[in-house]
Amino acid sequence: MLETKNLSFSVEEGGKRKSILKDISLVFDNNQFVVITGPNGSGKSTFVKCLMGIVAPSKGKILFDGEDITSLDITNRAKNGISFSFQQPVKIKGIKVRDLLEIAGAEKPAAFLEMVGLSPEEYLEREISGSLSGGELKRIEIASVLARNSKVMIFDEPEAGIDLWSFNDLVNVFKKAKKNHTLIIISHQERIIKIADRVIVFEDGKVKHIITPDEFIKGVK
Amino acid sequence: MEECGFSEIERDILKEVVGLYAIPEGAYNFRINGKSVSRKSSANIDVDIVDGGLEIHIKPGTKNESVHIPVILSKTGLKETVRNTFYIGDNTDVCIIAGCGIFNCGSSDSVHNGVHTLYVGKNSRVKYFEKHYGMGQGRGAKSLNPITKVYAQENSFVEMDLEQIKGVDSTKRETYSELKDRAKLVINERLMTHGRQTAESVIETKLLGKESTVDIISRAVAQDVSKQSFKSVIVGKNKCRGHSECDAIIMDKAMVLAVPSLDAQSVDAELIHEAAIGKIAGEQITKLMTLGLTQTEAESKIINGFLK
Ligand SMILES: Nc1ncnc2c1ncn2[C@@H]1O[C@H](COP(=O)(O)OP(=O)(O)OP(=O)(O)O)[C@@H](O)[C@H]1O
Ligand SMILES: [Mg+2]
Repeated sequence: MLETKNLSFSVEEGGKRKSILKDISLVFDNNQFVVITGPNGSGKSTFVKCLMGIVAPSKGKILFDGEDITSLDITNRAKNGISFSFQQPVKIKGIKVRDLLEIAGAEKPAAFLEMVGLSPEEYLEREISGSLSGGELKRIEIASVLARNSKVMIFDEPEAGIDLWSFNDLVNVFKKAKKNHTLIIISHQERIIKIADRVIVFEDGKVKHIITPDEFIKGVK
Repeated sequence: MEECGFSEIERDILKEVVGLYAIPEGAYNFRINGKSVSRKSSANIDVDIVDGGLEIHIKPGTKNESVHIPVILSKTGLKETVRNTFYIGDNTDVCIIAGCGIFNCGSSDSVHNGVHTLYVGKNSRVKYFEKHYGMGQGRGAKSLNPITKVYAQENSFVEMDLEQIKGVDSTKRETYSELKDRAKLVINERLMTHGRQTAESVIETKLLGKESTVDIISRAVAQDVSKQSFKSVIVGKNKCRGHSECDAIIMDKAMVLAVPSLDAQSVDAELIHEAAIGKIAGEQITKLMTLGLTQTEAESKIINGFLK
């Protein structure tokens, strides 16, 4: 179980305090599939970055299976079972797709490329550099998180840049993963929202609603 | 190697600089502490010693053959200048594996200045490897100063892999070349400095012939308080294409200077220089940390990949 207690994040901007996350208390049960949605700039990415340790909250606590992990660094959170797929994947010159998946812990990297619809023959030996398209990078990013096979998997807008055709496969990947992983996915896609257990709507750095997919689709949109 | 009487250190160095575990096929010369200790010519490749340096003649038409000429300095305080000249005939396809390793555990400086001149015949393909390596904790400095000159005849193709990753305290590397019609040169340089090391590289290419091309790719990492400078000069005197790319990662308190120089003397010369110096992007480290690496592990993965 992953839990945040009164999590806040603010930054200093032009001499003024700007509050980005405001007192967020949420619980993510084991093997639950939660979608976080809400307008641009509402704090979704910042919130999940706090969970991974990429952003340090200004106030509040994060508990993982009862243990306070608020001051744990990214590496140790990764080792404890949290993984994270970035909204904007990075490129790393000289690192091949195979290297990345192996670092992630994949024994058979090919299998994870197939899961995201990329042919291993074509992509395994390619560098994660500018020569890959945005959609390709995004899929490799998703594959690297699937390869971690960690207890909690966080995906920040996995659908961005993925074509409609491959999107179906992606939904199936999440359907499968939710059986034995905790999934936290930031998404605006109805088809991902539909298969979630819960939908959390962010607005202006706060949790506005915690509702079921049905409720979300029927009206609160 | 035992039968040649190489010491363990010498064998380690050979492994590093020329990737050898045993006496190679083909022609070779092993120079250790100023002396040629083992030398062999092949049917098509003559390896002679002239004025203390090597004169290597490769017969026209020689295909898929190699010549290894590693140099080892394992005595402290040795300073030498060696001139090696390669006469490579027309229509060949050969591989030259040079490279120098210094082991210095003493207190005097060891210096190797290698001057290599390559005359490359028409339609020939030459792959030239040169790896530099230093080890030993002595106070004496290890320095390597290679000068390589390449004269490439019509339609030849020369590919040079120049690498210095570890242990050399100071280096000044100069690479000069002149290319005739349709000759092509590719230079891959990999350089890493740490501690108080200094490295200077000058690559000067004269594109004399029509449709001659040069492509220079230099990747460098400077750590600690080390200093590097990279200067690339491309002179285009004809319809030709020149491209040089210098990518450097700078860390700690290191300094990196990149000086591009393009000199077009023909309206049909197309010359490009790209240079980028910066630290490792924070997002790259973060990404690898989310995969379970520590910050230090992430940095070394990124650096190793970059220098591959
Ligand atoms: N370090 C920072 N300094 C200043 N402002 C920040 C910082 N981090 C985030 N913000 C701001 O906080 C707000 C929330 O950003 P965040 O990326 O979390 O939004 P989001 O909900 O993920 O948006 P999107 O849907 O566009 O991805 C934005 O206005 C952003 O500019
Ligand atoms: Mg976002």
